Amino acid sequence: MSADGKARTNADWPAIRFTVNGESRSVHVPPMKRLLDVLREDLHLTGTKEGCGEGECGSCSVRMNDELVNSCLVPVLQAEGADIQTVEGLALESSLHPLQESFLHNGGAQCGICTPGMLMAAAQLLAHSSHPSEAEIREGLAGNLCRCTGFMRIFASVAAAARETESELAKEPVVEQTHHAR
Amino acid sequence: MSAHATTRIVGTPVPRKEGVDKLVGRACYIDDMEREGMWYGATVRSTIPRGLIRSITFDRRIEWDQFTVVTAADIPRENIIQLIIADQPCLADGKVNHCEEPILLLAHPDRHKLREALGAVKIEYDPLPHLFTIEESERRDQVVWGADNLLKSFLLEKGDVDSAWARAAHIVEGEYRTGAQEHLYIENQGVIAEYSAQDGVTVWGSLQCPYYVFKALRGVFDLPEDKVRVVQTETGGAFGGKEDYPSILACHAGLLAKKSGHPVKMVYDRMEDLAATTKRHPARVRHRTALDKDGKLLAMEIHLDTDGGAYATLSSTVLSRATLHSTGPYLCPNVRVRARSWATNLVPYGAFRGFGAPQAIFAMERHMDEIAAALGLDPVELRRRNFLCQGEVNATEQVMREPMFLDQLLDRALQESDYHAKRAQFARENAESPIKRGMGIAAFYHGSGFTGSGELYLNSLAGVDVTPEGKVRVLVSNTEFGQGTNTILTQIAAEALGIEYADITMAAPDTDMVPNSGPTVASRTSMVVGHIVERACLQLISMLREKAGLGETYTREEFFAACARYRDAHGEVSSMCRYEAPPGIYWDDQKYHGEAYGAYAWAVYVAQVAVDTVTYSAEVENFWAVQEVGRVLHPVMAAGQIEGGIAQGIGYALYEKVVLADGRMTNNQMTNYIMPTAEDVPPIHVYFEEIPFRHGGYGAKGIGELPHDGPAPAILNAIRDATGVSFTAIPLLPEDLYAGLAAIQPVEEPALP
Repeated sequence: MSADGKARTNADWPAIRFTVNGESRSVHVPPMKRLLDVLREDLHLTGTKEGCGEGECGSCSVRMNDELVNSCLVPVLQAEGADIQTVEGLALESSLHPLQESFLHNGGAQCGICTPGMLMAAAQLLAHSSHPSEAEIREGLAGNLCRCTGFMRIFASVAAAARETESELAKEPVVEQTHHAR
Repeated sequence: MSAHATTRIVGTPVPRKEGVDKLVGRACYIDDMEREGMWYGATVRSTIPRGLIRSITFDRRIEWDQFTVVTAADIPRENIIQLIIADQPCLADGKVNHCEEPILLLAHPDRHKLREALGAVKIEYDPLPHLFTIEESERRDQVVWGADNLLKSFLLEKGDVDSAWARAAHIVEGEYRTGAQEHLYIENQGVIAEYSAQDGVTVWGSLQCPYYVFKALRGVFDLPEDKVRVVQTETGGAFGGKEDYPSILACHAGLLAKKSGHPVKMVYDRMEDLAATTKRHPARVRHRTALDKDGKLLAMEIHLDTDGGAYATLSSTVLSRATLHSTGPYLCPNVRVRARSWATNLVPYGAFRGFGAPQAIFAMERHMDEIAAALGLDPVELRRRNFLCQGEVNATEQVMREPMFLDQLLDRALQESDYHAKRAQFARENAESPIKRGMGIAAFYHGSGFTGSGELYLNSLAGVDVTPEGKVRVLVSNTEFGQGTNTILTQIAAEALGIEYADITMAAPDTDMVPNSGPTVASRTSMVVGHIVERACLQLISMLREKAGLGETYTREEFFAACARYRDAHGEVSSMCRYEAPPGIYWDDQKYHGEAYGAYAWAVYVAQVAVDTVTYSAEVENFWAVQEVGRVLHPVMAAGQIEGGIAQGIGYALYEKVVLADGRMTNNQMTNYIMPTAEDVPPIHVYFEEIPFRHGGYGAKGIGELPHDGPAPAILNAIRDATGVSFTAIPLLPEDLYAGLAAIQPVEEPALP
């Protein structure tokens, strides 16, 4: 699946280049086009969802240069040269990411529409806090709205994924383990 | 405990059927879907609450020949959205009755061109007088609907209320109000429609009830049954909000597709979705209650009024459920409920999880605490003295035949929450602290399935078939929108057929492929449809035993071999069943008397709330939910339903306010319509007691709506416990708390520096 030659690209616009899920991509689109629309329309990565279009619901969350961003608020020109991860880049080759596995078994996803954004927020959290407290999980997910679950099972899913990842890491020599106060 | 006490698959936390697709971003929601040559649609809406359309002009700056424009004149058959009463036009024709009423439709190949075009359609009106409240409507200064503004009324009577007042030791009165509430599904409303002379109209969409949309399309298009097709796409939350509204949107997109000759996608943005689609009915409930000297209920007189908005939509059935839940889980010999739904010039209100019950239960359970205070009784003790028990009759004189134990649910809720010790502790601490804490309870039931004879009228058909490729398909029109339909019905089929969870697939929710097993509403899927699927599976096994030599015990290989033999000898391997009412059901639609629901789920909820008397914020610190919902088919999903419903109930009580100005919603954004976030929800502790219901799918009763009923009254009762102040209206925002608390304890303004 390539952006080149797709109907909606416009060769008159200068190329904007970035990496998505480890792949180099180049798009010719208006520079103020929302990153969300570029992902969905030009790159056909429809896993990233639009919920509100104003940065409140977090459904369009993606990771960009190790930051969590609402892709509905990012003009694509700001993504020039960036390293972007979407939900499609989370699964490790054929197997599910520990977060996806954990959401599946702990009831972290119901209708599924907030799920891609929620997973990206959780991945961002775990990248910076391998063993988050419940308060840290709540804070890390505070920008992502879920109307189905009441969040309890999402918290449990993230905590379980962190434990899973910890135990995976524990198989290797552990350098340091940080415990956060609740 | 029951015939189903040991099961292999039912009752276990199997992974969500469509879970992996949702987790990897592969699940296809309507906005993820495209059709070849697809255009985009948009809606021109009324900007006034009521009036005559004088003129419609199209600004010449737009190249209108590139657009398709649809008006009421383009409707092939009837300009009516078919639901219950035929009063709502598909497109306004000469007259508007509420703001945001659709007037005309535009389509264009480039969706970015639509916004400017919408602004270039100028509509002039001759305004007419309008009504915005129940009070204005019931005064009938203006008649805006029918002969008297009354969309529907019910009168429920039991015993002799009028003679009870003279015998009463206590009479307690109260008035309670609940506000509108937005579903706030994270996926907005959306459909794609296609039209051709050969195939008729096809609609894909985010929706709960394919056959409701089917019926609406047949009403608008002059097409036979086989030229109307509705397919549900993955649906990102619904909560009742996609029960009735998708019928309107589907008709709109269908009309644009027919006229333009292109597939047309219509997906609302958040502001349009919030402003123009249905919400929970606002309600006003007045109670007058007589009690004897021991605190036993003697008589209840209830006046329950809802604001239905400009058209009848589902107001009658919402009012019905409100009426039947208004007296709570209590024994009372004399009852009169007068319920009315009033027309106003507001966007029509519609279905929302609980469907009238949360409004009625808020009033009843708040009122119980007012009664307790008036009698000097503990709220727990007052409820215990009046609980319904097995063998007794409720307000419609339905005998409570099934086992029930409200007392035990209450005991468990008190124990798990440490209710009495916490109340005592908070009473000590509150005197010295600006943070006032309190505990509140709510006891309630929720009727499962359609009201009264509704399930008989639905006459649902569901079943299973086995494809030549060896896949068992569940054939239902019931849809998945997060609540677990796919998983639960798969579990039931796998269990009943004696094969594996992975052997079962759900047939596509497509009216060309699945029978009408009724709408996905009213907490009916697990109990009613689940039971039909269970029966159809058992019927298939009998068939295979009789006609294809399936043994008494069998492996999954033997099952599929028997299916192949059956196919060779008899053709298609399929088993369908219709709804059958449990025996002894009697319901009088006129008198509202008899078996109101096939079964009830029961619950006692406890809220711990902290009120900050400096900031006037109220925070739910902890929540306990004890319920009996029959057999729990999937422990993780069942708890997830309860937790999600409670979070919505917390929003209903403390956060979510629909602000209207001149009949239009002014906070139609997620920025200013506030729902609870990950940082707002308290720990929610969920407990199930299980009494399998023999007429439900593997013993299930309804679960989906129940958790929305209890939080609001429990929270406001806790606030009363914390502050001593009775708040009687929701949503209860900090400014409302300020008004109520300042009235009794003048606030010391902090000195300015």
